[in-house]
Amino acid sequence: MEVMSSELVDWSRAQFALTALYHFLFVPLTLGLSFIIAIMETIYVKTGDIIWKKITKFWMTLFAINFAIGVATGLIMEFEFGTNWSNYSWFVGDIFGAPLAVEGILAFFMESTFFAVMFFGWNKVSKGFHLLSTWLVAVGSNLSAFWILAANGWMQYPVGMQFNPDTVRNEMISFWDVALSPVAISKFLHTIGSGYVIGALFVVGISAWLLLKGKDTLEAKRSMVVGSSFGLLVSLFLVLSGDESAHQVAQTQPVKLAAMEGLYKGEERAGIVAFGLLNPDKEIGDNQHPIIGEVTIPYALSLLSYHDIDAFVPGLDDLVYGNEKYNIESASSKMAKGKIALEAFKEYKEAKKKKDLSAMADAEVKLQKYMPYFGYGYLAEPTDIVPPIALTYYSFHIMVALGSWFIVLFILLLYVVMKKDIEQYRKVLWLAVLSIPLGYIAAEAGWIVAEVGRQPWAIQDLMPVGIAATQIDAGNVKISFWIFAVMFTGLLIAEIKIMLAQIKLGFEGGH
Amino acid sequence: MFETLSLHELQLYWWSIISLLGGLFVFMMFVQGGQTLLFGLTRNELERTMMVNSLGRKWELGFTTLVLFGGALFAAFPKFYASSFGGAYWLWLGILFSFILQAVSYEYRTKKNNFFGQTSYEIFLWINGVFGTLLLGIAISTFISGAPYIIDENNFVVWQSSLRGIEALFVWQNYLLAFSLLFLVRIIAGMYFLNNIDHEAFRDKIRSMIMRNILFFLVPFLGFIAWVLLKDGYEYNPESLIVSIVPMKYFYNFLEIPFLLVMFLLGIVLVLFAVYRAVFKEKNCCIFTVGIGTVLTVMSLLLNIGVNNTVYYPSISDLQSSITIVNSSGSHYTLLTMSYVSLMVPFVLAYIYVVWRAMDKVKITEEEMNDASEHHY
Repeated sequence: MEVMSSELVDWSRAQFALTALYHFLFVPLTLGLSFIIAIMETIYVKTGDIIWKKITKFWMTLFAINFAIGVATGLIMEFEFGTNWSNYSWFVGDIFGAPLAVEGILAFFMESTFFAVMFFGWNKVSKGFHLLSTWLVAVGSNLSAFWILAANGWMQYPVGMQFNPDTVRNEMISFWDVALSPVAISKFLHTIGSGYVIGALFVVGISAWLLLKGKDTLEAKRSMVVGSSFGLLVSLFLVLSGDESAHQVAQTQPVKLAAMEGLYKGEERAGIVAFGLLNPDKEIGDNQHPIIGEVTIPYALSLLSYHDIDAFVPGLDDLVYGNEKYNIESASSKMAKGKIALEAFKEYKEAKKKKDLSAMADAEVKLQKYMPYFGYGYLAEPTDIVPPIALTYYSFHIMVALGSWFIVLFILLLYVVMKKDIEQYRKVLWLAVLSIPLGYIAAEAGWIVAEVGRQPWAIQDLMPVGIAATQIDAGNVKISFWIFAVMFTGLLIAEIKIMLAQIKLGFEGGH
Repeated sequence: MFETLSLHELQLYWWSIISLLGGLFVFMMFVQGGQTLLFGLTRNELERTMMVNSLGRKWELGFTTLVLFGGALFAAFPKFYASSFGGAYWLWLGILFSFILQAVSYEYRTKKNNFFGQTSYEIFLWINGVFGTLLLGIAISTFISGAPYIIDENNFVVWQSSLRGIEALFVWQNYLLAFSLLFLVRIIAGMYFLNNIDHEAFRDKIRSMIMRNILFFLVPFLGFIAWVLLKDGYEYNPESLIVSIVPMKYFYNFLEIPFLLVMFLLGIVLVLFAVYRAVFKEKNCCIFTVGIGTVLTVMSLLLNIGVNNTVYYPSISDLQSSITIVNSSGSHYTLLTMSYVSLMVPFVLAYIYVVWRAMDKVKITEEEMNDASEHHY
């Protein structure tokens, strides 16, 4: 296996990042809004109040506009594993393909089959069947997210597999370890939580805009009640799932955690940086202070990471150069072990050619022993284990700050929505309107933390991105990148314009 | 239940599932077929709206089948997934580009302020219908004509053409399947419209269209069948896995596995029978007959090229790199696990059938298209 040119790898990463970032502009709204619509339709079916039907149909129309483009970008993501990451697809396809197939069988069909009933079945099927279909779309969307995030969680924390030197791939030995790994579960909960918050922000923001315009106030107020109640519940849930997510990162990807916090020198009773700018001159291993204008919450990082305020949280220096006191292995030591693994793999292949069974067995024992370090064998420098710190750090802090703001906003909205004269709280309503894009920024920032923060790995510790890509001339990927960029951007513009026009029509336009 | 099956039996089981999905996907491509008729068949806006709305209630199912087809290939035969998609880069991306256009076009077509305009979205649908189908036909035809690649010692693909998939467009035989597919999906679309759109004048036009297209279909299809049955095929030795060329391999596969031949012929007969009933007996009933016929035909062809020690993705650069169900599959554990998941397929097909019946009980009519309280595309 050879490390490919950085130009090819960077363009391949850029194309996948582009697709993923666009995809996640649309998916979270699908995840969140599907449940909100289901709740609204349930109220309609329970009460028989026709206003709730009107409200349901309005949000359903916006849901459909968003849904279509999410489906398109999702299809591309699935196939890009093959088109742009073909070595990866072979190296771990035996494990990674399974959740994608399960998603198709168990979730995506449910979503797409009942989607048609949800939109076209109002006068074709019974009320109960229609309501069931709406709930099944919501369940299907979220089940779909589960399997995709289980696959993504496995890339962050590869478990339940064993390397087979004959086939030169990792093979699954426990499906349940893959599907139910703690990283997969926490990733799923945190990601769908962010989708629910975006759904809620979307509903309260648009309702607030309609209230500001004095349009369809009854429907907007009712939507606001559902949106803000749902939003407060799920944003609190997001705090809990975020805590668990950070805890998992600390256990499985300590380099990512250190980059998220801009922590260079590890500390006991480490605090979280609540505010602070990264020192742009700071380098790994020097003595400069990493944060400028730092405001920290004492003990919080130790508590968050290890659920122990006294715990030592390793910094980037410790993880790159090692720390004997805390038994942290250096990157160069891991790289040496990785090279032993590669050497053992080579010996195995040579022994196999010679049909020397004894040498094959010896090489395999050595290979399996050092396999956890396999990917380190491809790194050139110990500092290669460090992801882009600034992007990871700022993305994480933006995400956390916005997540905190959403809790305040939903409390505020729930308070004013209970008042009879909600229209008088114009500043609060404007805050709700302006917070719609913030939900998307927070979600995208979260994905940047997850994906940029795990660099240089395609699969944590096992396969760096440099050997995971498809061997192809970089010019091809540059061209396809720009084709995708133009297509996705054009469709995004179309989506926003249609969405705005539909919102202007108000609840009368919902069908 | 599946534990007793050997790795090879599981490989055969999964190739059967892939073949079934392939058959179902081709059937669902009537959506693409219908899209190719948007400009030629409709005389006015109402007819086009009825067509788009009729297809629009099913496009998601076709799209989902494609996603599942990709996911199942990834899980069950990852070497093919890694080699063909990464190697024939532009061929597959061309298909994907057309599907991006399709996904948004139904919902955005008549929406206010839709940026590109209604006609553009209709052209997008037409592009997906024509070029998506032709490119898919060409891609599937490379399962028989082969592709220029080498598998290295790490099982990674090294593509031997700088055209990265475009070279498949220069193999004229690939167009036989591509055009067969195009006209077949137009015929199935016609059957679907007959069943789903309650408009007699429109049905008359559909019947004429089916009549014309069955002739257009038979020419390339008979050419394709003749090419496949008479050409050299690729076979691997089950012990040594060494690949060799065998004259008329696919023809002999049918003779050696008569079940596949019966399936293939039955499929064709069902398609022709459905067309006969629709065109000459003026029946509107035959979407499921033509569907079953299509699934059987495609499934038997895919089974033919994958079983009986046949190479299903030949390498024209290095015969020994050719991909077979034996050297490209997932591990025993993964195939076994996925086999349990596959037990859900009949359940999924059952609820799709129930929903389809429930939704299509009420046909699309002019009145519905003019009813502002309904959701329309």
